[in-house]
Amino acid sequence: MKKFLAQIRNQTWALSFVGALLLWIIIIFIRVKGASATLTMTLNFSVFYIIVGIGQMLVITLGPGNIDLSIPSAMILGGVVAMKVMNEVASNIPVAMLYTFLTGVAIGLFNYCIILLLRIPPIIVTLSSNLIIQSIAISYGRGLRIYPPDSFTEFTVMRILGIPIIAIVTIFFSIVVAILLSRTVYGRSIIAIGQNSKAARLVGIKVHRIKLITYTISATLAAIAGALLAGFSGGTSLDLGSEYLLAPIAVVVLGGTSIAGGKSNVPGIWGASMFLYLLVAMINTLGIGEGLRLAIIGIIIVGVISFSSSEKSR
Amino acid sequence: MPVIALAILLIPIFYLQPRAMSYFGLNLLLNLAIPLAFATLAQMLIIMVNDIDLSIGTFVSLVACISVRILPISTFLGFGALLMCIILYGLMGALIHIRSLPSIVVTLGMSYVWLGFSILLLPRPGGKVPDWLLATANFRTPFIPLPIIIATVIGLIVYFGLMRSAYGAVLRGIGGNAKAVARAGWSILKAKIITYLLAGLFGVLSGILLSGITTSADANIAGRYTLLSIAGVILGGGDFVGGRISPIGAVLGAITMTLAGSFLSFVKISTDWQIGAQGIILIIVLSGRLVTAQKAI
Repeated sequence: MKKFLAQIRNQTWALSFVGALLLWIIIIFIRVKGASATLTMTLNFSVFYIIVGIGQMLVITLGPGNIDLSIPSAMILGGVVAMKVMNEVASNIPVAMLYTFLTGVAIGLFNYCIILLLRIPPIIVTLSSNLIIQSIAISYGRGLRIYPPDSFTEFTVMRILGIPIIAIVTIFFSIVVAILLSRTVYGRSIIAIGQNSKAARLVGIKVHRIKLITYTISATLAAIAGALLAGFSGGTSLDLGSEYLLAPIAVVVLGGTSIAGGKSNVPGIWGASMFLYLLVAMINTLGIGEGLRLAIIGIIIVGVISFSSSEKSR
Repeated sequence: MPVIALAILLIPIFYLQPRAMSYFGLNLLLNLAIPLAFATLAQMLIIMVNDIDLSIGTFVSLVACISVRILPISTFLGFGALLMCIILYGLMGALIHIRSLPSIVVTLGMSYVWLGFSILLLPRPGGKVPDWLLATANFRTPFIPLPIIIATVIGLIVYFGLMRSAYGAVLRGIGGNAKAVARAGWSILKAKIITYLLAGLFGVLSGILLSGITTSADANIAGRYTLLSIAGVILGGGDFVGGRISPIGAVLGAITMTLAGSFLSFVKISTDWQIGAQGIILIIVLSGRLVTAQKAI
C-alpha cells in the first residue's frame, strides 16, 4: 500500500485522477444527482478541455517559450464558422465541419508564420492573434444568434451505455496521439525538439516544419472543439476567453506534462480535465458569487500545481 | 529603436490632431501612459529574472479597485490592503522559486485571484478616489507636462537602481546565470522575493495613479496592461531570457503603446476591430524590432 502511494506520488498524472475521484465522491454527496449521472456529465463537459488540452500539450512539449494562447478565440471562431455554415440545416453539417477544420488550419498557419517570419516570441504572437481572431469572430458572427441544427446538438450529447459518444471518439483520438508521440517520427521529433532544439536540428529534424504542424494541430483542435461546444451549448458564445485561456494550460501542467518541454503525458490530460471540470462544478453548486468563485478557482489551481510539482522535483 | 517607434507614431498623431502638440495636448496624450509605464517596469523586473507575469493587468485593476473602495473610507486600511498586495506579490515570487514552478501558470492562476477580489470589492464600475489622490493626479507643473517629468524621473531611478548598482547587477545576473550568482554567495530566493516585491510596488503605484487619472475604477480597468506591458518591455529593447533589460526603453515602450492606442481612437475604426487592432499594432511594432536588430548585427 505504501509503495502504491509512493508510486502515485511520483506520477503527477495519477494524482490528478485521484483528485478527480475525490471531487466526484464529494459532488455525489452534496448533490442529489446519482454517481453515474455525475460521471456522464463530467465526461461530457471535460471532453472540451481534453481536446484543446491535447493541442496545448503538443505545443508546450516543443520546449521553452512555446505556448498557444490563441486557443479561446480559435474556439470562438470555429464555433461561429460552424454555426454560420450549418445555418440550422442538418445536411450542411459535413461542409460546416470542413470549413471549421480549414479555419483552424488557417489560424495555426498564421500563428506559426508570424512566429517564424517576424521572429516574435510565440507567447506574444498567440496573445496578439487571440485578439485579432476575436475581432474577426465578432464582426463575422454579428447579427442574430444562430442555433445549431438539432441533429448536431443530439450528436454532442448522444450516449452509449451512459458514455457520451464524443468522449468515446476523444478516447480513440487520445490513444492515436499517444501512439503518435511515442511511435512515429513526427511525435519523436516533437519530444526531441522540446529536449534540445539545436541537437534536433543537427540530427536532421526539420524543426520549423514540425513546429508548424504542431501549432496547426493545436489551432485545428481548438476550432473543432469550439464547433462541438457551440452544438453542445446550443449556440456560439463570444465569451470563452476567461475560461479557455487558463484551462488548457492548467490541464497540461496538472496532467504531468513538463512546461519546460520534451515530456508529454496524454492520460494526465484526462485526469486533469475531469478534475478541473469537477472543481468548477463543485464551486458552482455551492452557489457563491462570481468574485469569490474566480478567486477560489485561482487559489486551488496555484495550490494544486505547487503541491504536485514539489512531489515531482524530489 | 524605441525612440524611432515613438517618433513614427507621434508624427501622424500630430498631423491628424495638431492641438496635441500643446502643453495640454501632451498632458492628455501622455497622462494614461504613466500608469502603463509603471506596470511595464513591473513586468520588466519579472522578465529580468526569466519569468513572465500574466497577472499584472488584473493586479493593477485590483489596486485601482482598492483605491476607490477602501482608501476613501480609511487611509490606514487602504494602505494596509495595498501593502498586503505587495507582500502577496513577494510570496508569489517565493513560491515560484521554492517549488520551481512555471511563472506562466502561477501568474495566470493568480490573475483569477486578483480578478475575483476586484469583483468582490467592486461588482459594478464606479467608486470615488480620495481628494488628495485626485489633486496629485491632476497636478499641473509649469512649462513641462507632469507625465513627461514622472516618466523621466522614474526611468532614471530604475536605470540607476538596476543598471548602475551592485545589487542591481546581482538581480540581472539571475536572468543571465542564476547558478553563477548562487555560487558567488548570493541568495537567489532573497533576490527573487525582492524582485517580486518591487514589481508589486510598481503595480500598486500604477493602479493608484490609474484610479487617480480616471477618477473611478472597474474590475477590469487595466486588463489590457498584461499584454501591453509585455509588449512595452520587448519594444523597449528587453529580452525574454538572459536578464537583458532596458528600464528607459521600457518607459518609452509603454509610452509608445499608449500612443498606439490613442492613434487608433484618432483614426476611428469600428468597435468590432478595436480589440484586433491592438493585436495587429503589437505584431507590427515588434516586427519593426526585427528590422533594427538585424541592422545592428
